[in-house]
Amino acid sequence: MEKQYKTIGEEAWKNNTEKINAELFIFTYGSLVVQLVKDYEDYTAVNKQLDKMGYNIGVRLVDDMMARTSLERCSGFSATAEVIAKIGFKLFLNVVPTVTNWSADAKEFSLILDDNPLNDFCELPPKAVTDGLWYSNVLCGVIRGALEMMQMQTEVVYVRDVLRGDDVSEIRVKLVRMLDEEVPASDD
Amino acid sequence: MSSTYYFAIVGTNDSPLYETELGVQRDESKYLNQFIVHAALDLVDDAQFMSTACYLKTIDRYNDWNVSAYVTPSNTRLMLLHETKADDAIRLFFTDCHELYLKTLLNPFYEPNTPIQSQAFDIKVNMLAKKYLF
Repeated sequence: MEKQYKTIGEEAWKNNTEKINAELFIFTYGSLVVQLVKDYEDYTAVNKQLDKMGYNIGVRLVDDMMARTSLERCSGFSATAEVIAKIGFKLFLNVVPTVTNWSADAKEFSLILDDNPLNDFCELPPKAVTDGLWYSNVLCGVIRGALEMMQMQTEVVYVRDVLRGDDVSEIRVKLVRMLDEEVPASDD
Repeated sequence: MSSTYYFAIVGTNDSPLYETELGVQRDESKYLNQFIVHAALDLVDDAQFMSTACYLKTIDRYNDWNVSAYVTPSNTRLMLLHETKADDAIRLFFTDCHELYLKTLLNPFYEPNTPIQSQAFDIKVNMLAKKYLF
């Protein structure tokens, strides 16, 4: 099953995606974060906004991904994790994070990103580091939004980030509960 | 024979964005360095229209000190004060510093024409100096 996901992801990346210049994307995201920082002046608020934006992106993005890859229903939460890493991230960012650190009840896992393309060229000012800015927090929102569309309520947070001095970036995904055919609450 | 260098990056409004002293320092010349570089800026303005290259070689002399300049396309000046002549090494040093400066500009958190305070930048400039100037 794992090998299949990997090939599905790579095929979809090669054939079904339109590509844009990476630097354009990176600089756009960079100016977005800097503008948010200037507007809110509080790094926790910026993190929250990035998460909200990511959520709105995620709820739409997941349908796009399903359309391109014609995947079937996942057999369980671990399959979901593999799909996120090998297909979702591959399709949109062309990186494949590693899925590790499963909790004992198999409801939490970590995505380890060795290299996050959004971070290229970026260096956080010291104040941003001490006040807790997660630069790529939008990714957490995207995962949360996508999974909510798939009827899973999750909490997704950043725990380590290379921009803050850690050696890898780590996102922790926790399944809170499965939703039963409700309309998901949108928080805007 | 100890060689000392003073390297400065001067922005478009003539204020220094980055300065560093490389090599062994002699106390008396610390403030003098800034003065010499500032005085040489006019000569840089004249010289940059004489040549289409970025590297302007030595444009000024003050007692023992030579002033070499490199002008980036965005009119940021990289100035080096040196006693020994070493055109090629200095050109390579300037080119690599220019690349470092470009990377700083690409950082979304950096505002152009503000002082460069990154530690990483400082360390890299010192490494380049060790590589080309010593």
